[in-house]
Order: sequence, then C-alpha cells, then structure tokens
Amino acid sequence: MNFPENLKYTKDHEWAKIDGTQITVGITDHAQSALGDVVFVELPKVGRDLKAGETFGVVESIKAVSDLYSPVSGKVLAVNDAVVGEPSSVNRDPHTSAWLIKIETSDASALSGLMDSTAYSAFVSSIK
Amino acid sequence: MTQLKRTALFEEHVKLGGRLIDFGGWELPVQYSGVMDEHLACRTAAGLFDVSHMGEILVSGGDAERFLYHLVSNDVSKMEIGQAQYSILCRHNGSSVDDLIVYRRTENDYLVVVNASNTDKDFEWMKKIHEEGRFACRLENVSSEWSQIAIQGPRATEILQSLTRAKLSEVKTFRFIEDWINGVPAILSRTGYTGEDGFEIYVPWNEAPKVWSTLVEKGAEFGLKPCGLGARDTLRLEVKYPLYGHELDDETNPVEAGLGWAVKTDKTEFVGKEALAAAKTGDVRKKLVGIGFLAPGIPRQGYKIFSPDGLKEVGVITSGTQSPCLKKSIGLAFVDPAHSVVGTKLLIEIRGNRVPIEVIPTPFYKRPDERREE
Repeated sequence: MNFPENLKYTKDHEWAKIDGTQITVGITDHAQSALGDVVFVELPKVGRDLKAGETFGVVESIKAVSDLYSPVSGKVLAVNDAVVGEPSSVNRDPHTSAWLIKIETSDASALSGLMDSTAYSAFVSSIK
Repeated sequence: MTQLKRTALFEEHVKLGGRLIDFGGWELPVQYSGVMDEHLACRTAAGLFDVSHMGEILVSGGDAERFLYHLVSNDVSKMEIGQAQYSILCRHNGSSVDDLIVYRRTENDYLVVVNASNTDKDFEWMKKIHEEGRFACRLENVSSEWSQIAIQGPRATEILQSLTRAKLSEVKTFRFIEDWINGVPAILSRTGYTGEDGFEIYVPWNEAPKVWSTLVEKGAEFGLKPCGLGARDTLRLEVKYPLYGHELDDETNPVEAGLGWAVKTDKTEFVGKEALAAAKTGDVRKKLVGIGFLAPGIPRQGYKIFSPDGLKEVGVITSGTQSPCLKKSIGLAFVDPAHSVVGTKLLIEIRGNRVPIEVIPTPFYKRPDERREE
C-alpha cells in the first residue's frame, strides 16, 4: 500500500494535494484497492460550491458504490474528464494522473484537520 | 458478535490471498485477484469456486418420489437415475421458499441442494409438508458433512478429467455420476451457476482441501483461477440466473421471476399448484425483465423505476452491475406487466437523477457456441 508523503488524507479515504488555495482531490490507494475494479466515476460540474464533508460524486466498482466527500469548502475549478472516460485509471494511478477534482478553497484552515501520511497509514492499519 | 462459519477450504482461501467477507454468516472470499479478472478467466478458461456453504438434504425411502413430486414445482417423476433438475420450493400461495436442485441418485434416494442461508427454513418447510402428507421417506440435513466445489468454464472439463478415471465426456448437461476424484469419493454433476460448461463436485467435508488444491495446481496451466462470490454474482447475472434474495424471495412466485418453465402445472397436484396455474395464465403483479441503459449509470438492487413521463413508479431493480464481458450496464428488475415488453423505454432513479433505460432481451450474455447467426 502506497501513502505519498506530499499528500493529506481524510477518514473517508480521499487525498488532498495542497498548492496554496488550490486543492487537488482524489481517492487513496487503499480506497481503490478496497473497491476493486472501478468501472464508473461521476464528478460535479465546474463552478459548483462545495462544503467540507459534502458529497461531490461517486466511484463505482463492479460490486460497490462509494460516495466521494470534499475535504474542504470551496469552488470546483476543474474536473478530470479523462478519469470519467477511463474509470480503471483510478485503480492504476490513484494518487497522480487519476486525480478527480481541483478546488479553490475559501477556508484553508480546514486543511489542518486532515491526516498526514504517517497518521493515515496508521488509520488504515487500525481499520483492517 | 456471532462467530462466522467457515468452510473446509478456509485456509486455502487465506493462502490464495482471498478477501474474506461475511456472506450470510459464512466467512467466504468475495475475490482473490479481482472480480473482473476472475470473471473473464471463467468465461475464457476456467474458474474454481468454493460453494461448500450450500445446503444438502437427503430424501430417501419408498415415498421419496411421491413426496418430492408433491413438494416442489418441477416434475421429479420424469427424472432418470443420474439426472439433476432445477426446481422451486413453494408455499400454497405460490410464493418461493427457495430455489434448488434435485438429484436422483437411485430409485428411492434423492439429494436436494439448497441455498446456504435458506437451509434451515427449507428443512423446516420440508418437514412440515412431510408430516402433513405422512410420506414414508426420511429427510436428513447433511449440509455440514458435504463440501461443494464448482469448476466452470470452457477448459473446466479437461482440467477435471485429469483427476478422475470417470468418462466426463459421457456426462451430459444436468446429469451426474458418482465416482472417484483424486482418491476421494465424489458426485460429479454437469451443472453450474455461471452459464459456462463445467461441473459441481460434492465431496466429504474434510476432503475438500485436497481436491481444491489439486485443481488449483493442475488448472493453472489451463488459465484456471479461483473465483470469489463477486465473480459468481456477475457471472450468473450476465446469464440471468436468479439469486434468492434478489429475483426470488418470500413474496415472489417463480412465474413472476420468469421461471415458469420449471413450474409444471400439468402435474396432478403439488404445493402451490392453483396459485401458480393462475399466475401462468397472466395473474401476476410483476414481471422480471432485463434492463439496458440509454445514458451513463449502473443499476443497483433497490433503485426505483418510473414510467417514461416520470409520474408513476412501475418497478424496482433486483440486481445490477456493469457486465465484465459486455462492458455495459445490465440489470434485472421487477416491473408492472404493462411495462415489461422488450423495447419499452423507462426511467431509473439514481441518486436523485432520472436516467433513461430500456427493457432489453435476456440473457445478456451468450457463450460463443450458443450464439446464433442473426
């Protein structure tokens, strides 16, 4: 299992990459592994306002449906249409090319509540 | 927390890296290498399944045939020794207690194989009918003494043949033989739940690991893969085999579920005959149909279906997934009979959105050797 150190993590198994007020969001390696073969991804429209913890889309594997939760509040700047077209990329490369959305955050302070890679790795071990 | 039951193959699943889940009280693998990979291996080479959780009930004695004739929907009096038959266990109102397979082992000995989670319910119902009719036969629940392994797929028979002297090529579909496999006494039945050719193998409970590990080993060069419950579900769904708890349940009769072919209302009598005969003449509240998608989305059990104008709820999804072979969304649904004709356009509600769907022909998938030139 891979837990890149440059990312922050939620208890719902999203990762967030922080570039100033611009936050890139995806699902973690653990999440894609638990889901299995991802066959469907639904993402929000650019411009949508999200609150921290709000559902912004879904990832579906052959067997399961999993909601996606925004780690921060803000406006959707971009969505990764390539992933919608090729959902299996979430299994192959969850932390980089299969990012899901970019958010311009209005409240960067919420980021302090996210886990670093060490804490998230321990969290994943604890729920197994 | 209640202790999960384990099959004799539990250690094998752990060794093979199976992801174990609670399946109706049984700790079983949902997948090993992945649902997609296992599904495709079964369609193109072979898949190996642990189905030891299934229930086995023996019916024996002079009245065994008369009892089963009365008990289940299909006609056991037409069965030869060595034949297997799909049937539904119904109540007097026609509703389904379970679906099952009856094996005729001798003139007066039958094996009835039922769904794991229904075993106790079925056995109680069978005892009740047995007592009411004073049948001279014995019922015995031997579920804990028998393991079941299924080997399915185009290479399955070849692989199994390397473990037995029995002439498998002479065993036709829905026939079985009792012979030795890998030094173990077994029932080898040309049946399955995947739409593929293959066998279901019944062996004494503790002998299963030996048979399983030999099949895994011998099968590897043929492309055989162990398959979990995930692939078992997608394989059966592609060929529209019903799964109890989805397409059949305590409220549904087999005619509604499209299983009228296994309900022989020309029999002189059987439990549920009147209700099921009425259902066959069109007295049904719902019909099981195949659903295809006209826009992106994947159907899941419980999703509601609406009339094209969106005003009336007309059905509900019983099973759905994205088909690993067809790479398309497929679903089974109960709909109002007025909306059940192939080609009917409907709407499905997915997370608050209405998505256009269509009633399509089933089965969704056919084996290459079963496809007719259009």
